[in-house]
Amino acid sequence: MTTLTLSKALNEGLRKALESDPKALIMGEDVGKLGGVFRVTDGLQKDFGEARVIDTPLAESGIIGTAIGLALRGYRPICEIQFDGFVFPAFDQIVTQLAKMRYRSLGTVRLPVTIRIPFGGGIGAVEHHSESPEALFAHTPGLRVVSCGDPAEAYTMIQQAAACDDPVVFFEPKRRYWDKAEVDVEGGLAAALPLDSAHVLVPGTDVTVLCYGPMVRTCAEAAVAASNDGKSIEVINLRSLAPLDTETIFASVRKTGRCVVVHEAVVTGGIGAEIAAQVTQECFYNLEAPVLRVGAYSTPYPPSRLEEHYLPDLDRILDAVDRTFGY
Amino acid sequence: MAVKDAGRAARSANRAAAREPERQADSAELIQLLTPEGERVEHPDYPLEISADEVKALYRDLVIVRRIDFEAIALQRQGELGIWASLLGQEAAQVGSGRALGPRDMAFPTYREHGVAWCRGLDPMKLLELFRGVSHGGWDPSEHNFHLYTIVIGSQTLHATGYAMGIQRDGAVGEDGEAVIAYFGDGATSQGDVNESFIWASVANAPIVFFCQNNQWAISEPLERQSRTPLYQRARGFGFPGVRVDGNDVLACLAVTRKALQAARDGQGPTLIEAFTYRMGAHTTTDDPTRYRLSAELEAWKLKDPIERVKQYLIRTEQAEMSFFDEVDAEAAAVGSRVRASCQQMPDPAPESMFDDILTSETPQLAAERAEFAAYLDSFIAEEAAR
Repeated sequence: MTTLTLSKALNEGLRKALESDPKALIMGEDVGKLGGVFRVTDGLQKDFGEARVIDTPLAESGIIGTAIGLALRGYRPICEIQFDGFVFPAFDQIVTQLAKMRYRSLGTVRLPVTIRIPFGGGIGAVEHHSESPEALFAHTPGLRVVSCGDPAEAYTMIQQAAACDDPVVFFEPKRRYWDKAEVDVEGGLAAALPLDSAHVLVPGTDVTVLCYGPMVRTCAEAAVAASNDGKSIEVINLRSLAPLDTETIFASVRKTGRCVVVHEAVVTGGIGAEIAAQVTQECFYNLEAPVLRVGAYSTPYPPSRLEEHYLPDLDRILDAVDRTFGY
Repeated sequence: MAVKDAGRAARSANRAAAREPERQADSAELIQLLTPEGERVEHPDYPLEISADEVKALYRDLVIVRRIDFEAIALQRQGELGIWASLLGQEAAQVGSGRALGPRDMAFPTYREHGVAWCRGLDPMKLLELFRGVSHGGWDPSEHNFHLYTIVIGSQTLHATGYAMGIQRDGAVGEDGEAVIAYFGDGATSQGDVNESFIWASVANAPIVFFCQNNQWAISEPLERQSRTPLYQRARGFGFPGVRVDGNDVLACLAVTRKALQAARDGQGPTLIEAFTYRMGAHTTTDDPTRYRLSAELEAWKLKDPIERVKQYLIRTEQAEMSFFDEVDAEAAAVGSRVRASCQQMPDPAPESMFDDILTSETPQLAAERAEFAAYLDSFIAEEAAR
């Protein structure tokens, strides 16, 4: 076991991916000498060369479009989009080409392309640097959408994404990049949870709290606070947003009878809305209360001096938990 | 009044500037090896030694692809196809460039490259499947080194560039190297993706040929809505050569594309080829070009027909007997009959197949939806049986 930041855990995971498959490539803006603006690719170009760790021109559609071509040639590109709000120039290539080409080819083509996107707020950034666009991708058939919450799973999940034969959109919680935890960098992937499985992070009995990415730590803290109040929260780190591990979600809600979904993204049309619909349909007779969502308000991301009001935090999560006991 | 006059003058100046690309077409910059009258001319940069059999083979390609196109339009009119994008007028650009490709070169088409598809050996029925609504393409791009048709304008130029970057990483550049050709039209040159692909290919020195069929019209919008400068001249700004070729001259398209592909294989990087041609038909069968263009323009381009000039050349130089032309016509008619019959007999895909091939393994959600759909369909059978 080694103590690593989430950023360094991703870096070690990417290193493993490059070592284990000579066809794996890293491409993006400033991923080479600089090591990425969050240092996630630090030192990789030095060790694997400019042909495998590619500083691309500054154009996101080009990054994804050429990654598709490289994948068609047998490569496994791992692309970095520098910030969440800058993925949109590439949105067309992701949605109309990357997600649909296998279907278009009747399964003759496979596109093992990973798209890493630092996402979420809480870092006092200017506009376009704090967004949570994951639902737009989860809504698109043909993509796998995942998000890591802590350094240990960042290390394994990025390797699993790189090894996956499908396109994977990989959301990294940017405000957790410097969180530290123990990571088993010697262990292989065999013992790791599959990429599309949720993880019961904190077992509990009274209410299920579902979360992913930056909200995983916040929800774990909420569970501790609630236990002091005599409430037992089961925290589930979803990890995979498309597909959803509904088996784990339903099993928990059938047990607790209460469900709160937490994410930084706006609640309208979000992952929480999808989960609420599915839980209502499948666990209707087990529910003691409606499924509640805790997320950002349905406004554009506000100036950063307001973000503490805009983003879900421990108190808003506990408030929602309390409300589920009011029915 | 003065304001109005000034406005008029400005508008007139704009029009003059906008006509620039067309005017350029008649200049010496247009590479031509076979005139519209069927006269063979030489170009110092593009010497072409070609046998009578090779020219006859090109003629055969041209006639057959036009026939396939003709049948497809008729099939659409009869309700057998949902839509068809005709290549009429662009046969030489497609056959010339398509026959310049080596077997290991990779082609990335738009949705109008039926002539290139023919040259690559793709069964024309695969194209009809797409336009009938039976599949979205559904062929294996690696089988004929011919990628799937791409409908979003210009997207494929980036895929082609990435593929060419893969060739570089495979060490497949050099005398015996591989190259990529990316097809697109004049309208696509306004797309960001096409411009990004020029930048990427240039910076990477990728082994790629950008083949732009400038057919003068992007649905209803003439070239002057896309560009103030001749398209081939844009290449210079991106840092690689651009040439304009008579797109209705199959020999020139062959020679120019061959040279550009060899330069790419040799590690000399990208070339932009602007094949100056004309879309003789509608954009697709849903379009009505009489609403936006003059028939006089069409008549002028009829005189530059890509097939007729090859026929005249073969006759004039006595490289072909009249019986040859009859044989080609008969073969084209046979291909046409087969296309027609196969299309009419083409079954719809099984309804459940819409759930296939989305990811490499089926997600639980999708498996549940598939089962739900199957049960729903079965419920009709059960209902029918109960009656």
